[in-house]
Amino acid sequence: MPVITYRDAVSTALREALDEDERIFLMGEDIGPYGGAFAVTKGFWEQYGSRRIKDSPLAESVIVGAGVGAAMAGLRPVVELMTINFSLLAMDQIVNHAAKIRYMSGGQFTIPLIIRTVTGAGASVGATHSQSFEGWYASVPGLTVVTPSTPKDVLGLFRTCRDLNDPVLFVEHILLYSTRGETPAPANFRIPIGQAEVRRTGKDITLCGYSRMALVAEQAAAILADEGIAADVIDLRCLRPLDMETVVNSVKKTHRAVMVEETTRLGGFAGELVSQIQEAAFDYLDAPIARVAGEEVPIPYSFPLEQLAIPDARRVAAAARKILNRPA
Amino acid sequence: MLKSGDVPELNKTDLLDFYRQMKLIREFERESERQYTRGNIKGFLHVYNGEEAIAVGSINTLRPDDYVVTHYRDHGQALARGITSSEVMAELMGKATGCSQGKGGSMHLFSSELNFMGGYAIVGGQLTIAAGIGMAIQYRGADQVVLCFFGDGAVNEGEFHEAMNLAAIWKLPVIFFCEHNLYGMGASSKETLVMWDSLHKMADAYGMANYEVDGNDVLAVRGLMRKVNAEVRSGKGPAFIVARTYRLRGHSVADPANYRPETEVEYWTTQDPIPRFQDWLTDEGIATVEDFEEIDAAVNDEVVLAAEFAESSPWPEPAALYHGVYADRPAEGIPT
Ligand SMILES: Cc1ncc(C[n+]2csc(CCOP(=O)(O)OP(=O)(O)O)c2C)c(N)n1
Ligand SMILES: [Mg+2]
Repeated sequence: MPVITYRDAVSTALREALDEDERIFLMGEDIGPYGGAFAVTKGFWEQYGSRRIKDSPLAESVIVGAGVGAAMAGLRPVVELMTINFSLLAMDQIVNHAAKIRYMSGGQFTIPLIIRTVTGAGASVGATHSQSFEGWYASVPGLTVVTPSTPKDVLGLFRTCRDLNDPVLFVEHILLYSTRGETPAPANFRIPIGQAEVRRTGKDITLCGYSRMALVAEQAAAILADEGIAADVIDLRCLRPLDMETVVNSVKKTHRAVMVEETTRLGGFAGELVSQIQEAAFDYLDAPIARVAGEEVPIPYSFPLEQLAIPDARRVAAAARKILNRPA
Repeated sequence: MLKSGDVPELNKTDLLDFYRQMKLIREFERESERQYTRGNIKGFLHVYNGEEAIAVGSINTLRPDDYVVTHYRDHGQALARGITSSEVMAELMGKATGCSQGKGGSMHLFSSELNFMGGYAIVGGQLTIAAGIGMAIQYRGADQVVLCFFGDGAVNEGEFHEAMNLAAIWKLPVIFFCEHNLYGMGASSKETLVMWDSLHKMADAYGMANYEVDGNDVLAVRGLMRKVNAEVRSGKGPAFIVARTYRLRGHSVADPANYRPETEVEYWTTQDPIPRFQDWLTDEGIATVEDFEEIDAAVNDEVVLAAEFAESSPWPEPAALYHGVYADRPAEGIPT
C-alpha cells in the first residue's frame, strides 16, 4: 500500500473530486495562488483555473452561505473555512441554514455541501486559534460531522462524503497534515460514514477518541501493553452519525472505558459518549467510565502550558490504570 | 405616476391582474390575521400590508426559471410568485398540505417547483445564499437572475456586506432588493441606519448599480425592475434596489406599533399602494367600479376557500417529524 501524508490525502481527494464531477468547485480564503493556509490546494488554481478554484474574500459567512445557495441551485460546492475557530463567523449559515433548509422546506431542497475546516490545539497559535468545536456541530440535526485521523480515513471518508446530498463538516486536524500512513490503492476505496474503526484490540479496557485523540489513545495503548494491559482502541471517525454500536460492543467485552477528547470536559462530546455507554451497557461496567479531556482554560500560548492543557498518552494511560486499580 | 401611454405593452387585463394580485395579498393577510386571532395560526405572523406593490411589481417581471429568495415577511412574495393561497395558508396553519409541508411555517415558505428558494428568518441570512445561487447561474453560463428581498434592518447585518461585496467582485446576477419600510421591528431606521435616507447609495461602496424607487407604485417598481433585470441578466453584475415603502401594520401581529408618530402613519396611509393604483386605473379610464367589485369578490372567494382548505387539511403524520432531516439517511433517534 502506498504511504502518503494526511495533506496529500486531502489534496488527492479534492483533485479526484474536481476531475470526476463538473458540479464540484472549491471556494475559500487563500486557496488560490497562495495554495491554501495548509498548502492543501497548492497548484490547484494553476491547474483548474478560477472557475473551479474560487479564491474568496475574507468573509466566512458568505463562503458558507454562497455554498448553500449554489448547492440549492444544483452544484456540489466544497468550501473551506481556514480553521474551525473562524467557523464562528459562519455559524449562522452552518447551523441555521445549511442544516435546516432541507427540513424546513419539507424536503424540497437538498444541500450537497462539504465544509472543510481545521480543528485542534498544539500548534502554539494561542487561545483563539486552537479550539475544537466539532463536538458543538455534532449536536445539530441535519449536519454530518466527520473527523478523520489518518490519510486512509481522509481519502475513504472524503470519497463517501462527496456523494452525499447533505451538508458535511469535514474536520481535519492541524497537527496531522504531515503525518504519514498507508492508503489502500484502489481508487474506489471508500469508508462509510458513521462507522468507527477498532484500531487495536485488547480485552482489558476500551480507549475511545476521535481525530488526533484517537492516535493519542493508540499511543496510550502501547504504553499500557508494556505493562501487560491489553486495550481496545476505537477511532470514532465520525461524530454524526455516531457509531455507538462499536463502542458499546467493546465495552461489553472489556467492562472498562476511557473517553479521550481535545476540547474541554464541561460540555464536551465525551460526556455524550459516557451517557450513551451507560444507557446501553450499565450492567457490563466494572468501573466508572473515565474522561481525559482538555483543561477548563483557554488554550495558552506558552509551549509547556499548552501541553498541560491538552490530553496526551501519558494521561490517558494513567486514567486507564486508575479504573483498572493498577499502581502506576 | 405614469400615464397609460407609458406602458403600451400592458393591456387592461394585465393591469387588472396587478390589481388582483395586490388585492389577493391584502385579503390574504386580513384572513391570516383573523386566523391568528382564532388560534389557527401560531407563533410569529408578519403581514405584508402596504408593501404589496413591491412583490407584485417586481416578481411579475421574472422568468419562471429565475430565482426568488426572501425574508420572513414572505407571504406577499410567495403569492406573487404563484404559490397558491391555499398552500400558503395551510403552511401558516402547520398543515401537511402547506407549501413546506407544515415544517416551515409563515417565515419559511418554499417551492422548489417555482424556484422560490425560501423565506429566511435570520435577518440577513438569505443574502449570502442569494449570492451562491448567483454563483451557480454564472458557473453554468446561464442567463437567469436571482431576486433577493430583505428589509432595511438587514442592511445593518454583516452578511449584507459580505454578500454585496462578493456579488460585486464576481459580477453575480443578483438583484438585491431592499424593502425600506423605515422600521426594523420597533426601531426606526432613522435612529439605526446612518444612510437611511439615501440607502441605495450604500451600494456605491461596492461599485454596484443602485436605484431608489417608490415602493408603493406598482408600475414604477415594475418599470425599474424590467430595466435592472435586463442589465443583470446581460452579465453586467448585481444591482441594488431600494424601494421606499411603509409597513401599515405592526412588525408582527403581536405588535400594536404605538411607537410610530401618528402623522407618519396618516401620511403613509394616504400612500397605500392599492387605492393609489385603483385611482390611477380609474383616472386613466382603464377600469370601472364594476371591474374592481368583480375582482374583489373573486379574491374574497379565493381567500375564504384557502382558509377552508387549510383548516380542513390534515396535520402532518407524527412520523413526518423525522422526515427530511437528511437526504441520504434517516434522522437520528427514531423510536424503534
Ligand atoms: C439575526 C437576527 N437578529 C434579530 C432578529 C429579530 N428580528 C426579526 S425581524 C427584525 C427586524 C428586521 O427588520 P427589517 O429587516 O427592516 O424587515 P421588516 O420587518 O421591516 O420587513 C428583527 C430584529 C432576527 N430574526 N435575526
Ligand atoms: Mg424594515
